[in-house]
Amino acid sequence: MDVMTQLQRQWREHTAYLRKEGYLDDQFEQLQKLQDENSPDFVAEVVSIFFDDSEKLLNNMARALEQKVVDFKQVDAHVHQFKGSSASIGAMRVKNLCIEFRNHCEAQSLEECVRCLRKLQYEYSVLKNQLEYLFRLEQQIRAAGV
Amino acid sequence: MTCSAGAGVFLKLSRLFVKIRRWVLVRMSLNCKLSGLNGRLPNCSKLKKAKEPLHGPNSVRKWRRELLFFFCLLVSVVLGSIGFLLSFNHGTLWGKEKAPNSCEEKAQILLQHFNLSKNQLHALTSLLSESDQMTSLQCTKELGSKVQLSDGITCALSVTCSEMQQLHKQHRWVADNDEPRDQCPVQDETISRKPSLSMLDDSPVPFISQSRVYSISANNQICEKNILQSGALVDCVKEHCESFCTIIKDQFNVSMNHVHALAILVSPFTMGNILLPLISDVNSVFSMITENICAYTERTAFERPLTSGVAYALKVPHSERELFEKQHGWTIKKMETEDQTLVQDCIPEKLDPAPIHDEYAPVIFSQETVSHIVSIDMMSGKEDRENILRARATGKGVLTSPFKLLKSNHLGVVLTFAVYNTDLPLDAMPEQRIEATVGYLGASYDVPSLVEKLLHQLACKQMIVVNVYDTTNASAPINMYGDEVTDTGLLQTSNLDFGDHNGSMRCIAAINRIAKVEEACRIMTKLKVRAEAADVAKTQFLATVSHEIRTPMNGVLGMLQMLMDTDLDPNQLDYAQTAHASGKDLIALINEVLDQAKIESGRLELEAVPFDLRAVLDNVLSLLSGKSNKKGIELAVYVSNQVPEVVIGDPGRFRQIITNLVGNSIKFTNDKGHIFISVHLADEVRGTPVIMDQVLGQGLSLAHDMSDGTYKTLSGIPVVDRWKSWKSFKKLGSTISMEESDMIKLLVTVEDTGVGIPLEAQNRIFTPFMQADSSTSRTYGGTGIGLSISERLVHLMGGEIGFVSEPGTGSTFSFTGVFRKGETSSLDSKWQQCDPSVSEFQGLRALVIDKSNIRAEVTRYHLQRLGITADIAFSLKLARSYLSSACKTSLSTNLSMVLIDKDVWDKETCLSFHQFLKDHRQNSSTEISINLPKIFLLTTSISPRERFEIKSAGFADNVLIKPLRLGVLIACLQDAFASGKKGQVSRKKPSTLGILLRQKRILVVDDNVVNRRVAEGALSKYGAIVTCVESGKAALAMLKPPHSFDACFMDLQMPEMDGFEATRQIRCMESKVNKEIVSGDASIEMFGNKAHWHTPILAMTADVIQATNEECMKCGMDDYVSKPFEEEQLYSAVAHFFESG
Repeated sequence: MDVMTQLQRQWREHTAYLRKEGYLDDQFEQLQKLQDENSPDFVAEVVSIFFDDSEKLLNNMARALEQKVVDFKQVDAHVHQFKGSSASIGAMRVKNLCIEFRNHCEAQSLEECVRCLRKLQYEYSVLKNQLEYLFRLEQQIRAAGV
Repeated sequence: MTCSAGAGVFLKLSRLFVKIRRWVLVRMSLNCKLSGLNGRLPNCSKLKKAKEPLHGPNSVRKWRRELLFFFCLLVSVVLGSIGFLLSFNHGTLWGKEKAPNSCEEKAQILLQHFNLSKNQLHALTSLLSESDQMTSLQCTKELGSKVQLSDGITCALSVTCSEMQQLHKQHRWVADNDEPRDQCPVQDETISRKPSLSMLDDSPVPFISQSRVYSISANNQICEKNILQSGALVDCVKEHCESFCTIIKDQFNVSMNHVHALAILVSPFTMGNILLPLISDVNSVFSMITENICAYTERTAFERPLTSGVAYALKVPHSERELFEKQHGWTIKKMETEDQTLVQDCIPEKLDPAPIHDEYAPVIFSQETVSHIVSIDMMSGKEDRENILRARATGKGVLTSPFKLLKSNHLGVVLTFAVYNTDLPLDAMPEQRIEATVGYLGASYDVPSLVEKLLHQLACKQMIVVNVYDTTNASAPINMYGDEVTDTGLLQTSNLDFGDHNGSMRCIAAINRIAKVEEACRIMTKLKVRAEAADVAKTQFLATVSHEIRTPMNGVLGMLQMLMDTDLDPNQLDYAQTAHASGKDLIALINEVLDQAKIESGRLELEAVPFDLRAVLDNVLSLLSGKSNKKGIELAVYVSNQVPEVVIGDPGRFRQIITNLVGNSIKFTNDKGHIFISVHLADEVRGTPVIMDQVLGQGLSLAHDMSDGTYKTLSGIPVVDRWKSWKSFKKLGSTISMEESDMIKLLVTVEDTGVGIPLEAQNRIFTPFMQADSSTSRTYGGTGIGLSISERLVHLMGGEIGFVSEPGTGSTFSFTGVFRKGETSSLDSKWQQCDPSVSEFQGLRALVIDKSNIRAEVTRYHLQRLGITADIAFSLKLARSYLSSACKTSLSTNLSMVLIDKDVWDKETCLSFHQFLKDHRQNSSTEISINLPKIFLLTTSISPRERFEIKSAGFADNVLIKPLRLGVLIACLQDAFASGKKGQVSRKKPSTLGILLRQKRILVVDDNVVNRRVAEGALSKYGAIVTCVESGKAALAMLKPPHSFDACFMDLQMPEMDGFEATRQIRCMESKVNKEIVSGDASIEMFGNKAHWHTPILAMTADVIQATNEECMKCGMDDYVSKPFEEEQLYSAVAHFFESG
């Protein structure tokens, strides 16, 4: 029981940390609320879809920016996608970066775009780590509960 | 043109003068003496000396003046801002610096104006001719009476034909000259002046009149826009000027003639005066004469409309002064011209005696109005003296130039006729006349008050400023009346000359007041435009701002909701809940404001879709039952069976009105009583009580019909007479053409037992943001916009709304609305009672036990919706006897339920009733079916403990919580009859959204996989069956009819085909199919037995801004939900489409 309480506290603290640092916003909580006995892994499922999608998008962006003639519209479309999905799961930092990124796309500033992509890749990897940690905690909680 | 029109007027006038002259001539043949009298003549009773000639050769010299003078009445009218200057004799006065450069074009304009004015003048002249005739009639009539009074009255006036002709000629001449004048106004100044001058020089006869309307020079600032307006104005002013001049002239002449007649009347008495000293009692005879004459002048005052009074003065030589004074008992007084105290203060006794002169003219009698001049020597006043001398020398009526009348401070003129003692020949020498003079009759014309009087008659005082000038001295006109007009706008001058012996006058009417009014009007128009623009701006502002507020507010609410889900201590929770509730109120207000703004800007259009009205009402009840139950108010709905099952209209707006009314009722009803919604056909109101619907019919008498201590209302608490609430409906009773068409008019009433509306507030409750009083919002909250919106919605539905309310009793609101009858099959699937349970209870029989007849009817109504026939008993006792009597029939055998209201419920009787049922059933049927009727208890509130007690003790099989509605009833019945059929009804009470979305097939279209999954997760949480596609094209394929989707959630921004385009194409597809179905090109079976395809499409958007919203609606979307989904928001969007019981 002690382990359980501790895990739960850890989980709460970590969630609070992620909220506080702006990695996640209330949309993530909304997601958590959608999770119930009918769909116990809803959040994890959505987030894993998000990871897959994100990696694909980040690759696409990188590739698009490597072209000789950069199609900024194409890049922008990817960023828009990324922005939508990150907003959906409440990945606030990523979402905000996407907004910035889109401005650079519009300005067709390759340098800024590349810089933004790097930042985005970094933020994404941090987020991924954080979320994976959170899910690990959840699994442990569930395991402890059983 | 102007002059020709003016000449028309003139002709009329001349006709009048001819009439007058004719009369005068007749008089002339009868009498002989013309005497000049001055209006302020002092009296003299020294009759002996009356004949004495006038000593004063210098005075004779003074009278070598022109015989004829004019009274020129120049009526000019000024209109600000429009520069018309109407020219006249004395241009210097009005400063005419109009350039002729644009003459031609202006002449055109003027031409138009004067074509108009010409017509008007024609109309005017005909009007005047009527009044002329009246005047002449009056003359003739009075003539008769005068003849009786005195024989031998002399009149010495003459008019020659040639003069008349001359006059006419002149007029024609002037008229001719007006043509060129129209084209070049400046030139005409000189031309037009001539005739008037020649008139002055050549016309030697009194009573020559001339009416002249001069035209016009236009200045350069004519605003073309104002042309029409100014044209009308010119006409109007002209009309007034003309009529003003004419009336003054007429009345002047009438007055003059009458004064003349008076002078003649007086002469025989004065002649007699010579003998008077021989008569012993001089004074008594004199006073008799005086009295008579005074009375006569008094009584004929109306004949002299322009005069303020007449007086008679005797000619008294100095030698006879002593005797005269002795006879009269007073001394001849000196006129105090400096003393301008008021008439009342003037006491002749206090005046100084007249200084010694050769002769005197003391007033011996006068009309009451000028009685203050009796005993004053008229010869001591400069103007009067001159006038007297002139009058007796000429034998004609003479006028003074304007001077300040005695004691009145007004400018005026005095008309004087001399009274002679012998019949003088027309060509008598001045010396002879002076010799024959015995006295003078004078009449004073108080110009300002007369003009005032006239203006009053003309009823144009407000519009026209009239100035009257004496223009005898052309270079220095004397202002007789009115303030100097300084504005040099439109100036209309009418020039009307009187012929007389003395001076001329001019009258100007300036209409700077019109200018003021016009200016005011212009300002008002401007303000109106600005106000309207402001109103539009306000509406737009409201719409925009409301949206802008709504978006962040939703965020605030979401956050608060989350906050409430966290670990909060009771205080914190309370704070959060309060904040959340306030936020929700704010959102509700904003939505209402948006509605109002939409309605005001005319953007709100009603839908026309088939819907189940009863289901809508049930839905309203569901939403509001929480509130009403909390307050302990009974809520009930009743729909007449005349109302079709499906009607076509706007269910959302219908619901909004009812929700608003019921919401208000709940708000204003405290802890007792009921709120009762009933729906009937408007036509039912006209039915006879016998065939009338029970609920409606009971409304007729229930207000005062009290039996067994309670009122026959739903809850037994008195209500207002609902029939009064639609009394003022205009269209309620009229059949219109509805009978043959498929249109129906519904009458909805919402009755409550609330606090009522204060009488003084009842007339403003439909005004937006107006509540009964300012304390209402403090006590009950709310904004007061709801009723205003409801009213507008009702009007949009072609109906009326009204209410009756009594403070302390309650209110009843009624409204009507026109709907089309719908076919049950036309109902979209979303409206259908998807539950098979509807047929499950078909044919069952129920007994409703309730002491309230109306409430029992409500229960029966709901049962009938399930196909259950219900009988009603008003008490358990009656129910028992009903059952006993029915036991022989088959009725009792299939009695499957008894519904007992809690009002008639108590444990003992109920228990015995239950037992009775058991016994009864066992007795009646030998087959042991033992299908005892189920017993339901109807109540508004019950504690869980009570419920448990009742159920466990077997008093009742189930408890039905009011308000009754189909969903609740079905659930309850299913629960009770659950034996096998519906064994496993989900015990888990789903949330409202769950009910709405449960089993609904929903298509989610989003290109973003994460979004798709989130949307799917959210929707399926509420029981929806979600299908996801990732592009607009895919959505198109999915939504091609026939399909089984109940709704579609569509992302807006998608590559290839965005949400807007996809929706547009889907709608296009649907309408094609609908057309085919309607035209019969395709059978309904081909499209899933659905007659009308319209899949609700809701946009999913992150930015809920006005523009997006509008674009959504434009491309055929039904609503939008904001991403991420928020339960309340999702609910309100979805409820619109999935409403059901």
